[in-house]
Amino acid sequence: MNPLTSHPGTPEVPLVQLLTPTGQRVENPDHDFAGDRAEIESLYRDLVMTRRVDTEAFALQRHGELGLWPPALGQEAAQVGSARALRPHDFAFPSYREHGVAWCRGVDPAQLLGVYRGSEMGGWDPADHQLALPNIIIGSQALHATGYAMGLTLEGLVGTGDPDRDSAVIAYFGDGATSEGDVSEALDWAAVQQAPVVFFCQNNQYAISVPVASQSRVPIVQRAAGFGMPGVRVDGNDVLACRAVTERALQRARDGQGPTLIEAVTYRMGPHTTSDDPTRYRGAAEVDEWRAKDPIERVRLLLEAEGTPPEFFTDLQAEADALGVHLREACQRIAEPDLAVLFDHVFAERTVENDQQKAEFVAWRDAIEGSVA
Amino acid sequence: MTVRMSMVKALNTGLRAAMERDPKVLVMGEDVGRLGGVFRVTEGLQKDFGDGRVMDTPLAESAIVGTAIGLTFRGFRPVVEIQFDGFVYPAYDQIVSQVAKLHFRSQGRVRMPIVIRIPFGGGIGAIEHHSESPEAQFAMTAGLKVVSCSDPNDAHWMIQQAIASDDPVVFMEPKRRYWETGEVDTESAPQGLWSSRVVRPGKDATLIAYGPMVKTCLDSARAAEADGLDLEVIDLRTLSPLDLEPVFESVRRTGHAVVVHEASRTLGLGSEISARITEECFYSLESPVQRVTGFDMPYPPSRAEHDFLPGLDRILDAVDRARAF
Ligand SMILES: Cc1ncc(C[n+]2csc(CCOP(=O)(O)OP(=O)(O)O)c2C)c(N)n1
Repeated sequence: MNPLTSHPGTPEVPLVQLLTPTGQRVENPDHDFAGDRAEIESLYRDLVMTRRVDTEAFALQRHGELGLWPPALGQEAAQVGSARALRPHDFAFPSYREHGVAWCRGVDPAQLLGVYRGSEMGGWDPADHQLALPNIIIGSQALHATGYAMGLTLEGLVGTGDPDRDSAVIAYFGDGATSEGDVSEALDWAAVQQAPVVFFCQNNQYAISVPVASQSRVPIVQRAAGFGMPGVRVDGNDVLACRAVTERALQRARDGQGPTLIEAVTYRMGPHTTSDDPTRYRGAAEVDEWRAKDPIERVRLLLEAEGTPPEFFTDLQAEADALGVHLREACQRIAEPDLAVLFDHVFAERTVENDQQKAEFVAWRDAIEGSVA
Repeated sequence: MTVRMSMVKALNTGLRAAMERDPKVLVMGEDVGRLGGVFRVTEGLQKDFGDGRVMDTPLAESAIVGTAIGLTFRGFRPVVEIQFDGFVYPAYDQIVSQVAKLHFRSQGRVRMPIVIRIPFGGGIGAIEHHSESPEAQFAMTAGLKVVSCSDPNDAHWMIQQAIASDDPVVFMEPKRRYWETGEVDTESAPQGLWSSRVVRPGKDATLIAYGPMVKTCLDSARAAEADGLDLEVIDLRTLSPLDLEPVFESVRRTGHAVVVHEASRTLGLGSEISARITEECFYSLESPVQRVTGFDMPYPPSRAEHDFLPGLDRILDAVDRARAF
């Protein structure tokens, strides 16, 4: 499907593409992926492992181990490509679907499961991974990212020319999120402040059941101009292009040249979440069209043509299987939440009232358990 | 004629009846059209009434309520759906600063017949932002009316009456009761939207609840029978304005009052209700008004919600505490 058909009457905006669905490298005058084969193999590994996390978690949900799961199936290249463009000291603000970003930021994928099992509400220490916690309220993280970026500027960590100092931020959100006021406010403020932030919109064509044309009259990338920042539209199923485009935008940000809006045109192959029924709002033919643009398959074709030995693929398969085992085991080990402990984290500085309610709860529970025993 | 149906279906048939009756009634919200809403409350409405009257909106809560305000200036009666309780806050400014105040500011010249439907409360094992109880934040806002249905029959009638009301109504739907079925009398005279009701008469103590906790209180009352206790259960229905006369009348008879809600305790509805009972029934009370509520913490992860939410044991314990006073 031509994604532009969803915006009838608007001029076509070219997609940056460096690798076709059949595995052919293509040139782009403005963007280039300079990595060697080893680099591409490493990206491929991230794609495969991300997909494995996703399929494994999906299966865990179907087995009743998770209450819910938002699959990233089909969006691996957008996530891995962009996240691999980050440097360790850059910071990322995700939504709830960025499992591939979490993978690239070094989060143990098992830490993604607790939230969806209903056992916890976070997952990791943001400072450990330079990655904020998953954000469910649509669009608000775009403002958080802008604020973080303003902080970088205030601290003089932008435009120094020192690659170990200069830093940038990336905010992830979906096509639907662009309708929220928060996202417009973030784009505006970041542009006015020339904040070092990259807005990475994964246009996966749907906000639950609502197609992107019902969220935006123009291709999302075109909004950038109105706010006063460059916009780049990239093939979101092309990991090389996503990587190249994001790297360039992040570098602009680190250099003090301000924000960029990237629209990665991709497709959510699965349901919105495991509770969703996508057959109510889209046809099988459309899904099949996108299946032919799979983000992983094209990299495999390229690598095979470039001479990557078959062992690489079999080893990777084994590694993915091991990750699957790890996830299944780790899921079983996730501790049950204890309300008594949760009281301790309502505030940094405890209150009398808080302590009283905790004591009341603990006494109540002890009494119940005493009466049961 | 009575028909057995779920609360989802009861709301659906209520919306349908209101739309058939009045062509100015519109339904708007995220995913309410093609998908029929994430809970399917609006299922089939777009097919039958068209996408002009049942609109899939952009993903923008402030815009959903803000445009509904504009539509009322053209005489429309928008029924907007906020997909989940925790997503109402982007619209909070429009609701509190605009919807609640326009009638007052215009000295009655502007009407705001908007219904804001919010699936609320916990108990369904959801992730964060999907189990909140923000009703007090709206009930304490002068200019808004706030109601909550507790069973399919009330849901069917209350939604129609809320739509017919010329005032803005925040309509809190207890999502954990969405799939429970009950008899709906589709031809009876409408029930009283603005009046609380005694759902179970009793003489030993009064349980006061609304929305999801009404059933929990009824279950508690049934369990208490085994101990020879006869508990009265009152469903408030309307949270703003509160209809407390039946509550006072009951407490004067039973001498004991227990207010039950899922929302956090401090400054929850229970605070207001117990203050009012104390003011009105001081000499009839044999014990202080008890509150059984959620704790003062953000809603916990769902596998801890059974400890957070009031259940039978905590309710009956409060009854015992009151009676042993
Ligand atoms: C403020 C708010 N409103 C509504 C929702 C419910 N909701 C969750 S995901 C979603 C669709 C999001 O679509 P998009 O931004 O395109 O991201 P995607 O899920 O496709 O990655 C909606 C409406 C929410 N999480 N937050």
